[in-house]
Amino acid sequence: MSENILELRDVRTYFPIHKGFLVKRQTGAVRAVDGVTLSVRQGEVLGLVGESGCGKSTLARTILQLVPTTGGAVILNGRNLGEASREQMLASRRDLQMVFQDPYASLNPRMTVHAMLAEPLLTHGICAKKDVQSHVDELMRIVGLAPRFARKYPHEFSGGQRQRIAIARALALRPKIIIADEPVSALDVSIQAQILNLLSQLCREMGLALVFIAHDLSVVRHISDRVAVMYLGKIVELGPALDVIDRPRHPYTRALVSAIPVPDPGVERGRQRIVLAGDPPSPINPPPGCAFHPRCQYAVAKCREGVPPLVPAAPSREAACIRLAELP
Amino acid sequence: MPLLTVTDLRTHFHTRNGVYRAVDGVSFAVERGETLGMVGESGSGKSVICYSIMGLVPQPPGRIESGSAVFDGVDLLRCSPREARSVRGKRMSMIFQDPMTSLNPYLRISEQVIEPLLIHENISKKEALGRALGMMEAVGINDAARRIHFYPHEFSGGMRQRVMIAMALITRPELLIADEPTTALDVTIQAQILDLIRKLQRELGMAVIFVTHDLGVVAGLCDRVQVMYAGRIVEEAGAAELYHSPLHPYTRGLQRSIPALQPKGCDLFTIPGLPPDVSKPIPGCAFAPRCGFATDACTASVPELAEASPGHSHACIRMRAGEITWDA
Repeated sequence: MSENILELRDVRTYFPIHKGFLVKRQTGAVRAVDGVTLSVRQGEVLGLVGESGCGKSTLARTILQLVPTTGGAVILNGRNLGEASREQMLASRRDLQMVFQDPYASLNPRMTVHAMLAEPLLTHGICAKKDVQSHVDELMRIVGLAPRFARKYPHEFSGGQRQRIAIARALALRPKIIIADEPVSALDVSIQAQILNLLSQLCREMGLALVFIAHDLSVVRHISDRVAVMYLGKIVELGPALDVIDRPRHPYTRALVSAIPVPDPGVERGRQRIVLAGDPPSPINPPPGCAFHPRCQYAVAKCREGVPPLVPAAPSREAACIRLAELP
Repeated sequence: MPLLTVTDLRTHFHTRNGVYRAVDGVSFAVERGETLGMVGESGSGKSVICYSIMGLVPQPPGRIESGSAVFDGVDLLRCSPREARSVRGKRMSMIFQDPMTSLNPYLRISEQVIEPLLIHENISKKEALGRALGMMEAVGINDAARRIHFYPHEFSGGMRQRVMIAMALITRPELLIADEPTTALDVTIQAQILDLIRKLQRELGMAVIFVTHDLGVVAGLCDRVQVMYAGRIVEEAGAAELYHSPLHPYTRGLQRSIPALQPKGCDLFTIPGLPPDVSKPIPGCAFAPRCGFATDACTASVPELAEASPGHSHACIRMRAGEITWDA
């Protein structure tokens, strides 16, 4: 088994809430990410799913150190990023790249594709100035864009093509791991399929690890090796993609899976659906004990008492529910 | 007689960059009490059809070039504004995709929900408020008596969509047009809203036009489905029929590019190329440039939507000639 390229140990990211105009005092905190422990192996695709506001994107930003961590450690290739010096951080950034959700907002409209792809190459001294052209051509070919488009601006491309540019830019530094935050949510089905194929091909051929964040479980099931399900800043279930999505154990994962419409009228009409009541609770003032208990059909008094830890639920699977053994 | 009959609708947008043929010759009918699904990728003209029927197309730049939309004997595209007002918003109403922007942030929910009643029915404000309260409870808003006086920002996305539905249904319309009502919502909230629409439809016996890009949502909700491409209908059939035996190459391509219907990890089928630019006249079948089966005859003239078997129509000349067979 290959080694872990990225490790998260009890990572917490809180955003303080201040009150008062002249004298500011902290009155609370949004616990966006609240104790996440995870690891990603070389060449592995880890899917991260959850509803909006569950902390998926904050976790991505925390891994990249784009927001300060409140506690815990993000360890990339054995180096704790929280304690790294500026130079060490710069070197680590090379191994860690990100693709954002909205390809209309994440590309600079005033830069040509060539300029966008050449910038990281020169900043990090990946290649000599005279070789930039050939590197850019190569990157564009890898993501399936004709190199003759290099002098065009983002507005001349469609959404799918822009997402390809964003992926090429992430690949420019030959990273070991890419964090993709909802990379296909803004795209149409037929274009989404092209980008999914591209991402899984890159992982296969370049041995790239990928953290794939999405809210669409069917997409995550398709592309991921392992899946982590998040609810209110915590991981509630973790395991191989097919197991977790086809045979979910945690009550929240069950509800999430049953909420996805299946594009087959025969299956869809006969299906028993678990419809969760209400909205996810606020991460400012999470419910005591298991954060899911107010919406959980299996909740008992004991669920309010302590935060359930992730415990082994089956071989290579973990779930955070104290009633796992008693659930039907 | 169908409740709504749309015949040869053409809605074009005259802009500086040319004439965008957003809807280009669409005919369909909606029976009382039935649910018609309208599926297609972005830019295929599904929303513009709804806007045209509701009289929401901004004119200029939009112009309804031809066609009629007869609702219970009244042609909505030609009648006097007075006649149109007696139908729109009363016997026919619409809910929109984005619940965050379609409510007025300056007005309390109560004022917005009772507005259609005050306009269309001879009713006092007090009575209207009573009906609004009942409607708010029917759409599943707890503590409605207090919350009806809230402002939109005090509600979550799912709750706002419920308010939108309450507002649309308060006049007990015979036809509800739902334009991607769940696209902006999380899956668990989407499940709640779909359940709600289904329940209210049963109670009120209204017809629903449900616009979406998600074939899964269509499968669970709709009786009949029509697939749109570049402003035209390319295939129309019962939901089960369309799922089990799609005939048009585009429908088939769309279905095969959904991860949920494919074995895990395999390369997804992709439709090559991009949707056509509707600002230029498209000779013949709009899908021909992306279709693996296209011949010269396909681009010679626009293929008619015609019945292949009872209740199943498509617009592919090669399929009709028996030159394409799909292996099951």
